[in-house]
Amino acid sequence: MSGTVRLAAPAGSPEVRQAESGKGAIEIQGFDFWYGRNHVLHDITASVPPRAITAFIGPSGCGKSTLLRSINRMNDLVPDARHTGDIEVFGRSVYAPGTDLVELRRRVGMVFQRPNPFPKSIFDNVAYGPRINGLCPANELPARVEKALRQAALWEEVRDRLHQPGTSLSGGQQQRLCIARALANDPEILLLDEPCSALDPIATQRIEELLVELKEQYTIVIVTHNLQQAARIADYTAFLYLGTLIEFAPSHDLFTRPRDPRTEAYITGRFG
Amino acid sequence: MARYRRTRSVALGDRVFHAALWICAASIPLLLLAIVLELAVTAWPAITRFGWGFLVSTAWDPVTDTYGALPMIVGTAVSSLLALLIAVPLALGVAIFLTEFAPLWMREPIARLVELLAAIPSVVYGLWGIFVLIPLLREYAVPLLQRAFGWTPLFAGTFYGNSMLAAGIILAIMILPYISAVAREVLLAVPNDQREAALAMGATRWEAVWTAVLPYGKAGLMGAVVLGLGRALGETMAVTMVIGNRHEIGLSLLQPGYTMAAAIANEFAEAVTELHLAALFEIGLILFAITVAVNAAARLLVWRVARASAAGSRAL
Ligand SMILES: Nc1ncnc2c1ncn2[C@@H]1O[C@H](COP(=O)(O)OP(=O)(O)OP(=O)(O)O)[C@@H](O)[C@H]1O
Ligand SMILES: [Mg+2]
Repeated sequence: MSGTVRLAAPAGSPEVRQAESGKGAIEIQGFDFWYGRNHVLHDITASVPPRAITAFIGPSGCGKSTLLRSINRMNDLVPDARHTGDIEVFGRSVYAPGTDLVELRRRVGMVFQRPNPFPKSIFDNVAYGPRINGLCPANELPARVEKALRQAALWEEVRDRLHQPGTSLSGGQQQRLCIARALANDPEILLLDEPCSALDPIATQRIEELLVELKEQYTIVIVTHNLQQAARIADYTAFLYLGTLIEFAPSHDLFTRPRDPRTEAYITGRFG
Repeated sequence: MARYRRTRSVALGDRVFHAALWICAASIPLLLLAIVLELAVTAWPAITRFGWGFLVSTAWDPVTDTYGALPMIVGTAVSSLLALLIAVPLALGVAIFLTEFAPLWMREPIARLVELLAAIPSVVYGLWGIFVLIPLLREYAVPLLQRAFGWTPLFAGTFYGNSMLAAGIILAIMILPYISAVAREVLLAVPNDQREAALAMGATRWEAVWTAVLPYGKAGLMGAVVLGLGRALGETMAVTMVIGNRHEIGLSLLQPGYTMAAAIANEFAEAVTELHLAALFEIGLILFAITVAVNAAARLLVWRVARASAAGSRAL
């Protein structure tokens, strides 16, 4: 893909039609979220289509990370957090009692806003998921690790130092390591929270190419502050503002013909 | 630059204050040095008389004035290691439970309660050992141990009460609060994003603890253990009360033994000859060297972790 701005998935493309007809890979239904008394998400309803890239955009603090982390239930760890409403992944409620969190989180991979590699070797970082989930026999691990590192555009830089600690990498390399770690787990949905915020333009472009490639098989949700990036790679874009979902539409429509004046104000840079 | 000139009185006060601080800071190492010198000077007759042989001889006879420290050195090592063997799993279990699994409301109260164990005076532990622990051991634990492991030399012989086993258990209870408090601080200092990274990959809570949290805090946890060891090595009163105070090296944990600290405390008042006194001082010197080395190692380990996070510095 070239580095120029390109609007993905014009209305009427296969992904859009599929979304309009069928159910989304992720169905967010009347979802409200509180950190203690702080009501940060208000009645969010959205359907994230399968095998497409969906971008969450919006000003800082509007709840993008919170919404993303609600999908694989990472917010369970936060004391005093609570929610109402529901989120379904592949037709199954993730908040239903008896949900297998291990299975959910294996299928829904996540890359966090801040890189968080383990203080283990680069190899062991990427092999972490396959090992704990028993995804492949030990002798296939090296191939799997290499594949994930290649996908994350990190292989060339680390192929000679796989046994050095992952924490010795630069910030941008650490973020790609975290992407590789998530990919090695063979997820079906990939949630990425500003994965490119610490990357240079070349690494960013590589990751974008990767995501566009991956959407053939995976459902991808990406939080980004980079509107060009959303316009370039996302098939759909959701605009959140103060915890409310203002607009959710095919990216082409949202960026060229926003329906809500607040969306228009945001994408034209008048606030946020 | 005239505007920045200080008045003379301020400069003087400054200098006095500066000097006072220097004296305070310098007095600590000087005090340490003084202790070492004092120990070495008083121990000198024993050092010249027995040489390195002091460390490996088992003789301890005030009548013929021959002394060897091996039984005490071995006793200190065995009782401390036994204490670690019992206390480390418990203390780490407590720390892991309190940082990772316990409901939030009970974490602080229980942590304080465990730390309260450290506030109980040593002599009270000793009394408890004599009147509660030893009878319990005699009635229940030792018969069971002997039935299961009586064939090993570790649990052979008759149990009279005062023993290495009783000392090890008492020591374990005494060092448990130290190890668990430091281990808890270390685990608290492990960044939450490490837990999140593991859980987001599909780890269970336990797997996250085993594969992410504990490895991250490994050095600090080792520091906690070594800190516990340092305390066990020097603990005197409670051990003296339950270990039996016999200058012998026995394989059996059911037999009485001796530790360096207990020997010093016990025999000091009765030391009549200069050489007896010197031998006790030399034991003090050895104990001092060992505990300083162990504590330095512990600080180093904990410090290495604490450096990485501000929260961890509280662990010191
Ligand atoms: N762990 C937490 N505990 C309490 N409040 C939180 C927590 N995490 C986020 N918040 C609050 O929730 C609101 C939404 O935060 P969130 O991180 O979802 O925003 P965001 O859209 O991802 O912002 P950014 O673009 O800066 O990453 C903010 O007001 C924030 O202060
Ligand atoms: Mg965020």
